[in-house]
Amino acid sequence: MAGLGSGTSPRLAGFVSLSLLVFVAVISASPDNVDGANETLRRPSGDSLEDSHHHPRNSTEHRKAFPVLAFNYEHVSKPFVISLWILLALLMKLGFHLIPRVSHVVPESCLLIFVGLLVGGVIKAMNQTPPVLDTKLFFLYLLPPIILDAGYFLPIRAFTENMGTILVFAVVGTLWNAFFIGGMMFAVCQIEAAQVGHVDLLSCLLFGSIISAVDPVAVLAVFEEIHINELLHILVFGESLLNDAVTVVLYHLFEEFAHEGTVTVGDALLGVVSFFVVSVGGIMVGVIFGILGAFTSRFTSHSRVIEPLFVFLYSYMAYLSAEVFHLSGIMSLIACGVIMRPYVEANISHKSYTTIKYFLKMWSSVSETLIFIFLGVSTVEGPHNWNWIFVIFTLILCLLSRVLGVVGLTFIINKFRIIKLTKKDQFIVAYGGLRGAIAFSLGFLLTDTEKKDMFLTAIITVIFFTVFVQGMTIRPLVELLAVKKKKESKASINEEIHTQFLDHLLTGIEDICGHYGHHHWKDKLNRFNKTYVKKWLIAGDRSTEPQLISFYNKMEMKEAMMLVESGSAAKLPSLASTASLQNAQQRAPPKQRAIPSISKTREQEIRKMLRANLQKTRQRLRSYSRHDLFSDPFEDNMSEIRFRKQRVQMERRVGRHTLIFKMETAVLLSLQSSEHKVYTYDESESPRDGAAPETSPDSVSLLSESSQRPGQSSRMKKRGDAEQGARAPDNQEEQQKLSRCFSDPGPKEEEEGEG
Amino acid sequence: MGSLQSSPSHPDYVDLAEKTGFSLEQISILHKRFKQLSHNEDKLRREHLDQITDLQANPIREQIVEAFFDKRNFYQDIEEPVNEINFENFLEVMSNFRPPSDNLSEEQLVKVRKEKLRFLFNMHDTDKDGTITLEEYRHVVEELLSYYEALENETARGIADAAMLEVASITRGHMEPDEFYEGITFEHFLKLLEGFEIESRMSIRFMNMDTTTLCKLECRSE
Repeated sequence: MAGLGSGTSPRLAGFVSLSLLVFVAVISASPDNVDGANETLRRPSGDSLEDSHHHPRNSTEHRKAFPVLAFNYEHVSKPFVISLWILLALLMKLGFHLIPRVSHVVPESCLLIFVGLLVGGVIKAMNQTPPVLDTKLFFLYLLPPIILDAGYFLPIRAFTENMGTILVFAVVGTLWNAFFIGGMMFAVCQIEAAQVGHVDLLSCLLFGSIISAVDPVAVLAVFEEIHINELLHILVFGESLLNDAVTVVLYHLFEEFAHEGTVTVGDALLGVVSFFVVSVGGIMVGVIFGILGAFTSRFTSHSRVIEPLFVFLYSYMAYLSAEVFHLSGIMSLIACGVIMRPYVEANISHKSYTTIKYFLKMWSSVSETLIFIFLGVSTVEGPHNWNWIFVIFTLILCLLSRVLGVVGLTFIINKFRIIKLTKKDQFIVAYGGLRGAIAFSLGFLLTDTEKKDMFLTAIITVIFFTVFVQGMTIRPLVELLAVKKKKESKASINEEIHTQFLDHLLTGIEDICGHYGHHHWKDKLNRFNKTYVKKWLIAGDRSTEPQLISFYNKMEMKEAMMLVESGSAAKLPSLASTASLQNAQQRAPPKQRAIPSISKTREQEIRKMLRANLQKTRQRLRSYSRHDLFSDPFEDNMSEIRFRKQRVQMERRVGRHTLIFKMETAVLLSLQSSEHKVYTYDESESPRDGAAPETSPDSVSLLSESSQRPGQSSRMKKRGDAEQGARAPDNQEEQQKLSRCFSDPGPKEEEEGEG
Repeated sequence: MGSLQSSPSHPDYVDLAEKTGFSLEQISILHKRFKQLSHNEDKLRREHLDQITDLQANPIREQIVEAFFDKRNFYQDIEEPVNEINFENFLEVMSNFRPPSDNLSEEQLVKVRKEKLRFLFNMHDTDKDGTITLEEYRHVVEELLSYYEALENETARGIADAAMLEVASITRGHMEPDEFYEGITFEHFLKLLEGFEIESRMSIRFMNMDTTTLCKLECRSE
């Protein structure tokens, strides 16, 4: 934000949103009274009219005037209030980013809690009852989108490679936390001065189990903004996801027995068994629904529009089904998303994929915002039972047990890891153990009111401390300790090739060494997946598509998108130059979106262009090797192109220069980019091809079969007419156009910058 | 090294341990495996490695086997063509896959990286001329894709071509149209895989305990 001028308007915006927030809060709180008043008023009359004269129905002396304008709020009050709350929460989120300095220092979660506090305070000041973070609301509506979002986009490779470490942290670490905190708190409670002698051991253990779990929502919210390297991110985040099973079991166990008063050995054993049942059962439920979802997506080729719904509904059903049996809903949801994703993505259209991605992000963002705001509101609401000793000791013990747990476990884990965890890593993992709304909700579920208030107060304090203090300081600490950040490099085809190469190489070496290690089993799983599972769950030929190709496709698409979005300024001729350009640009401040939005059709065009990029690749390669590329049957295999679903076409087309996409509109990229050089390469005219063999992405788009730009197309056709080149004859017109374009004569660059 | 008994204090082992960095237990286990593969002979030949059934399903098995008989991977100079190797050579090749030890300095880490990348480079550079040409790279991609039934030549070529382009642009920046890019040299290769963290990725866990008897003894079942 530059200067004072623009500085005042964000503040104004902030003010406006804040006042709006207050207004909404008041409205949401007050209908209860308004309702009541209206009710009494209305009952005798039967309906609400603005008419001040309510004639009894049976009176026919005066006809009532037809109400032109009526005010009937109760009718829509509930959805109205809900929508207003959500709207306000999002406006708040917007508002934060208008105030640049604040959002840089304070993580968003803190700001949202703060806003919640404000709102709660305002409502309380007006003696209304603010809405509280209802447990049912939280667990059934607010939490699943966040978890699904996390699970669907979980980086599988990193997750499975570190699975052992994550599991140890999640299970053993949480157990350690729970028992340590519970036990020590019991010892603390014995201190006379605390006046909490009434808290018995089981209650303390229950409390310990509630507060020991690292919260995925809080971790996501904070870690999202600090961009640490993938290993640490997946360690803390994975732990926060997988400890749900432990938390569920411990919570139910202790809650059951808190009433009984004693725990026998048998009960403890049952608890252990229950843990396995809960976690494995949850995963199984998730896997079943995931397979169902994948299978369903195989048949959705004719109803593309509802594809995303299947993903969401199956996942939600997985979560709910697991909750029915008191299994771990979170693990079920994660398993469902992970299993479903590779197959669904191969089956659905690109638009559906984008829809799923954005809807998930949207829902999880809204949920997160609402959770934090409600947390703030609930804090103000109370009731609180502040007990200095209890709260302070809880806080200290939480920190202590976390540090001890992480350090101790890492010591053991490092003996089994290839890449050891350094002290810095350990510190970040320990520091990133944030508590959040799950702990609060679980505490809210407690039934024993006397201790509940005290526990809730302590839980809230811990949550506030971790989110505010740890959340705010983790970013400077990461900078200070120079922890490795997330690699910003874009995906490179070479790295992907080598990743796969290494996979096979290491599997081979393991086979030669004769021991069945990590790679061996992974390879076996992949082969099983390829031969059996994919045939069932993926429609059509895509089941045989190699990962390298799909990776390449995705990469190309991304590059083309970036190409278009970055606007015209850059000449991005070939795929690889694009690569280097992207590489360079990524170091620079983020590209401004010259084009505010890209319609889906443009994406398709971009895809087309990408295909063309490959050709340019080939064309450019002419200069790479003294070997004769001319004789390349560049344009062969046209017959292989089928007019099937777009994705199939796209994926099939690697290495071909044909793009047989039906383009709905023809937003030609030439509109966007100012400088394009038509790649004028033709084998038959090698001598002339001295100058600028830059390729123009637009040349491809120009060949789109869009009817809206017949002029351009024909122009290209005209140009292309001159050369036929060695292009193989095509069945499809577009292909011909395309090849003609590429066989354009003349070494001179042609600007396509017109609009 | 005739006997199958692997006593940790075997003098040769100590020597080898120093050269390759393996621990004595690891060396004795690997020696056992070597004997298993070579049917108790002193030298290992290509046929012995080809008999490993698990390796048959591997798309790049040719290159893996070749890597064991590539004189560039051995410390001492052996004459080409290498048709049989002894245990020391076997260990030398295997040592490329050792995870880097914990307390290495920065330069040592760089050295380890270079060695591993050198090994990879040698695997790609089949004609041993010091550069990876387009054809060789294409061959690599084709092999990787041969894992899947639907192999189309164009596909592989397209990917390989794009990959070469990427290398060119990373190492040479913008190129004039009539410049030729001969092939990937080792320096370019290093630059290419800079962010790849190869020292941790190209490592397998070498057992300190003997598990070789647990795996299928294909060598015996002819």
